[in-house]
Amino acid sequence: MAKTAFQEFTKGLWTEVPPYRLVLGLCPTLAMTKQVDMGFGMGLAVTFVLVGSNVLISLLRKVIPKNVRIACFIVVVATFVIVVELLMQAYTYELFLKMGIFIPLIVVNCIPLGRAEAFCYKKGVLPSFADGLGMGLGYTISLTVLAIIREVFGNGSIFGVSVFGPSFQPYSYMVTAPGAFVCLGLMLCIMNILGKK
Amino acid sequence: MREMLRLFVVVTLFGAISGGILAGVRAGTQERIEYQQIKFVKGPAILQIMKGCTNDPLTTRFKIKDGKDERAFFVGVFNGKPNTVAFEATGKGYGGEIPVIVAVNVDNDQIVGVGVTTHRETPGVGARVQTDPKFTSQFKGQSIKEPFKVKGDGGKIDAISGATVSSRGVTGAVVSSGEVYNRLKSNIVEKMKSIKS
Repeated sequence: MAKTAFQEFTKGLWTEVPPYRLVLGLCPTLAMTKQVDMGFGMGLAVTFVLVGSNVLISLLRKVIPKNVRIACFIVVVATFVIVVELLMQAYTYELFLKMGIFIPLIVVNCIPLGRAEAFCYKKGVLPSFADGLGMGLGYTISLTVLAIIREVFGNGSIFGVSVFGPSFQPYSYMVTAPGAFVCLGLMLCIMNILGKK
Repeated sequence: MREMLRLFVVVTLFGAISGGILAGVRAGTQERIEYQQIKFVKGPAILQIMKGCTNDPLTTRFKIKDGKDERAFFVGVFNGKPNTVAFEATGKGYGGEIPVIVAVNVDNDQIVGVGVTTHRETPGVGARVQTDPKFTSQFKGQSIKEPFKVKGDGGKIDAISGATVSSRGVTGAVVSSGEVYNRLKSNIVEKMKSIKS
């Protein structure tokens, strides 16, 4: 049992890492990776929502009738998202202002709902918890890596701190929306090459 | 029929419980969120016009009911005496309402400072009412009871050239703050007494 839970955890970090392998949750992946703090914050918010909703849904899976399961999943996910939104407003107000509409949009992100439907509705609490944590951390790492690439080249900084000094000419294409698509495409390409054996 | 009833009950329960949890979280974070909004939205303007006070005006605050609304007042301590209040009033600008913070010395009813917070005026034109200290400093030291007008309207306030509407908006906000001050002065003085310097 413990071993399977550990496997459920690690699959989210590599073999099924959400944006690059499952190709889910791409909207925030594109929009929230302009700066590292945005990508990191988004990842942590999604992790919180995923762990919470995964555990709760697998606990309640016997109670939820099959016909209305999607409605119930959405209520659970939305509750956690609003909790995150209020907490971010209370404790990280600047980040909350920067991320804006993308926090409430976690509700319609495919990852929490997808995990609930594909995994938690059938599995026990422990694997669901491991799955949520793994997927969430995988998502956080993916977004942070992409954000580091984009911020370093597009703005010459990490977490707003300059890395190349003032003489660096930022390649600002990287922080625009088309640049996001190109970076994401390159990441997908690299991940596919690495995954091929 | 029984199955239908079960769906009904489950979804209703989910909604009700989620609503209850959210109400709880909101109640728990409300005060903190309010403080964050004050700190990041009104805070910079308040601190700028209250320069030289020895306390933190953002935490030294009280509320007074004004008709249907509640107004927040921020107290500044100068020379060991809490004698200045800052509060918000709005005037109509070019891009909508302009919120203006006005600080008044309660002892002699003189304006200590005027600062614009968030606005939607045209950048580089109307927005100069916020960034040009020459404009707002015209109010400094004047009596709050004066019916301010811009020069074009027969008053003595120099409008920013090219931004008459925005200047008029700020001037109007100061005039309406005078009305608020007159209406609530007795309550303000009463509340100020309870504040320790």
